[in-house]
Amino acid sequence: MTIPFSNPDRPNSYIGKTVPRPNAAKLVQGRGRYVDDIVLPRMLHVAFSRSPVAHAKIGEIDLDEAKAVKGVLRVFTGKDLTEVCTPWVAVLAHLKGLKSPPEHALAVDRACWVGEPVVAVVATTRAAAEEAASVVMVDYEDLPVVTETMTALDKDTPVIHPELGDNLAFRRLHEEGDVDAAFESAHKVVSASFRTARHTGVTLEPRSILVDWNPAEGQMTAYHATQAPHMMQTVLAKHLDIPESRVRVICGDVGGSYGIKVHVYPDEVATAAIAKVMGRPVKFIADRLESYTTDIHARDHEIEARIAVDADGKILAMDVDDWTGIGPYSVYPRTSAIEGNQVVNLCGGPYDFANYRAQTTVVFQNKTPTCQYRAVGHPIAVAITEGLVDMAAAAIGMDPVEIRRRNMYADDAYPVTSPAKMKFEGLSHHASMDKLIEMMDYDSLRADQAEARKQGKYRGIGIASFIELTNPSPFMYGIGGARISAQDGCTVRMDPDGSVVALSGVTEQGQGTEAMLSQVVAEGVGVKPSNVRVITGDTQVTPYGGGTWASRGAGIGGEAALQAARALRDSILEVAAAMLQAEASKLDIRDGQVVDADTGEERMPLEELGRIVYFRGDTLPKDLPRELVQTRHFITMEYPFAFTNGVQASYLEVDTDTGVVTLLKHWCVEDCGRVINPQLVDEQIRGGIVQGLGGALYEEIHYDEDGQLLNGSMADYLVPMAAEMPDMQVAHVETPTKESELGAKGAGEAGTAGAPAAVMNAINDALRPLGAQVTEMPFTPERILRALGKIDD
Amino acid sequence: MTEMFRDKIDVSLTVNGEPVEARVPAGQHMIDFLRLELGLTGAHVSCEHGVCGACTIRVDGDAVRGCLMLAAQADGAEVWTVEGLTDTNAISDLQDAFVARNALQCGFCTPGMLVAAEELLSKGDVPSRAEIREHLSGNYCRCTGYEAIIDAVESVAQGRAGKGKT
Repeated sequence: MTIPFSNPDRPNSYIGKTVPRPNAAKLVQGRGRYVDDIVLPRMLHVAFSRSPVAHAKIGEIDLDEAKAVKGVLRVFTGKDLTEVCTPWVAVLAHLKGLKSPPEHALAVDRACWVGEPVVAVVATTRAAAEEAASVVMVDYEDLPVVTETMTALDKDTPVIHPELGDNLAFRRLHEEGDVDAAFESAHKVVSASFRTARHTGVTLEPRSILVDWNPAEGQMTAYHATQAPHMMQTVLAKHLDIPESRVRVICGDVGGSYGIKVHVYPDEVATAAIAKVMGRPVKFIADRLESYTTDIHARDHEIEARIAVDADGKILAMDVDDWTGIGPYSVYPRTSAIEGNQVVNLCGGPYDFANYRAQTTVVFQNKTPTCQYRAVGHPIAVAITEGLVDMAAAAIGMDPVEIRRRNMYADDAYPVTSPAKMKFEGLSHHASMDKLIEMMDYDSLRADQAEARKQGKYRGIGIASFIELTNPSPFMYGIGGARISAQDGCTVRMDPDGSVVALSGVTEQGQGTEAMLSQVVAEGVGVKPSNVRVITGDTQVTPYGGGTWASRGAGIGGEAALQAARALRDSILEVAAAMLQAEASKLDIRDGQVVDADTGEERMPLEELGRIVYFRGDTLPKDLPRELVQTRHFITMEYPFAFTNGVQASYLEVDTDTGVVTLLKHWCVEDCGRVINPQLVDEQIRGGIVQGLGGALYEEIHYDEDGQLLNGSMADYLVPMAAEMPDMQVAHVETPTKESELGAKGAGEAGTAGAPAAVMNAINDALRPLGAQVTEMPFTPERILRALGKIDD
Repeated sequence: MTEMFRDKIDVSLTVNGEPVEARVPAGQHMIDFLRLELGLTGAHVSCEHGVCGACTIRVDGDAVRGCLMLAAQADGAEVWTVEGLTDTNAISDLQDAFVARNALQCGFCTPGMLVAAEELLSKGDVPSRAEIREHLSGNYCRCTGYEAIIDAVESVAQGRAGKGKT
């Protein structure tokens, strides 16, 4: 029996409705349990002495003063930890040519970025550990520093890892059609240089881990703020030489992730190694400076790109040359080549055109390592694509909405394969654009813009269409050899009181995973969501799964939960049919009652069925199955990824005297397939948009030429605050994926993917009458005034 | 050791309406005292230099950064954290509005955000959205994009004003 989603009045119709999050009440009461809230008996604290220089040979290490600090129990150097922890190399077989040197939990001979952990100090209090770490004396012998991306491969640039031969980590060229011929014969060619700044996630909860090694049981338990508990289980087992079955990763409440907490960090592995050596629980909580210098960075790209169009505005070709600097190591185990690879995969995404060339060049440098951060590669690819499309429209005198309508894949064209060789199952660019234009009242806004200009105000409208990669299959990591599960599972059981428990391999980071699972399971079984208890984030308890990344929780984890719930429903009805001497197919479960499917007449509450099965099984037929626990797994098979689509618009005002941009309003229409919980999806979109707006206007990690990070505090690295952010109107088109019964695709990254491009296009729309244009993010007042020619020194 | 340079200070204060007497390290931050010594883990430590607002607590009626105040300064103070404000139902309408509007995602900023919002609401006026945004501009939220928080605070302000009129 399939669920008639088109009927909102169907029984148990929780999928598609806003239901409360089961875990929200505890969080507003301060009853959350984040890693730093956990205290274990005999717990110790570790703090790290980190490299103050970007590249140096590690000479003599003097630990006497550190060891003398009251409360310090032990100090570990990199050499000490090599005895208990093996290094890792972050490459994937399908990213051909990707190379990276072995990375240790603590630097052994060389430090390669400011912030790399070198010495670990363990003490009875965090204060003592931090004090002692500050008096660790390391003799750093300076080595040449590489900071610039574009010159990293030059002959006279020092090679950071001589054994690798050069500073090239990865390069991929993709070419489709006859690009050069298309450019030569084009009506119009527009070129531009784009720059996206180095960002970091700024999770309010810093990276946190508490590891307890029980030598008597040979079991390690890691309480970890992570997105991927099973991946971490595998990593800790492998590098600390523990059977995988003897590592338990528990992920309770997590204070924000956005991709930051899905990677393997040397200091966290060091914490686990130290716990194993000392046989006592050891806690590491990063401080804010450590967050800035050691949380992964992202989006540090420089791009030269051009587009060719004909006289009707049809896109003939795109040519993209993307460069990115990833720090000294590819990050384990997902690698740091994925972001550049995504730029190649995603540029031109919404558009039906034939000739496409894109190359990404990924180089090593002595800065914090970069890796996957919310909307990996998307904001870059969308900025390139949508920036060029707007410039082309302006060059041929066409409205930016019109040029997009002439080029977007028709809504009935699917399935199609893009020139980047991405397969699209079903998208809705035109329906989404139509909805956006109506929602924002585009014509009125243009009139308002014209009126404002008469008064000397420079307002602009920016549009950005986009695609988003969600629901990844093993094509993302598994085929490259990484033990990262693309499959996910859910176990659903009915307890004697008729309540339902769901255990899922996807995790909660605040996005509402547990609410989503509760309503999917509630509808699948036929109980109220409040009668479903959801358990996530414990590798010893839940089915093996991938966790939360690449917008996979609802699409993959939700489908596994639905199938498990439907299987449990069938099991319950099989027992009910025997008890009621009825046909199972004539029965249904609604609001926790077994009912006649046709009439809705109540036949038996689930708690009575539970009482009989668990306590009076003797009264049931001997051969009757009574398995009130069911597990199902789900993996996508038909498409490597479930692409979604959407379009955003920004309306803003540029103060041409100060260069300050004021965001007036923001709109987004997106299509994530079946919407399970409208409120949660809308809030994912809004939160994502604001993270994208931060990249467009404020966020930029600065380094000097010596590789010193210059703005490692929240006062200096600006993120969006309430006062500067606009209200956002969000709407949806629903094109469910046919790969699953649930039909859900991901929604976590759409906001971040499109917002920066929408703002860039709006600023340039405002400035176009003045002949100014900006393409280097963030669009600070200084950059805008420079573009206007008001600063030239 | 002279009186001026004692490294342990005796303090006597009330926390969430209960008397607390303690001998605290001179350099201990108020938020660490609350979290480590009293087990009040509701307010969180995030930036530790007064920017993010995750550690916001109420001290003598004001919303205060728990990371910018020393525990030694709390002698004689009346301190409220989200735990006490919850137990006394002082902000239950605000908490309910946050849940109903999904004005939190990861929840790490929320206890501090609630204390900051209550400070504004306690003035009794119905603030404009811009005023709410301005007042909460010392509290980072990296998840929600703020709009839901503004909606929730606005609805509580209107709700309380409505009650006041009847």
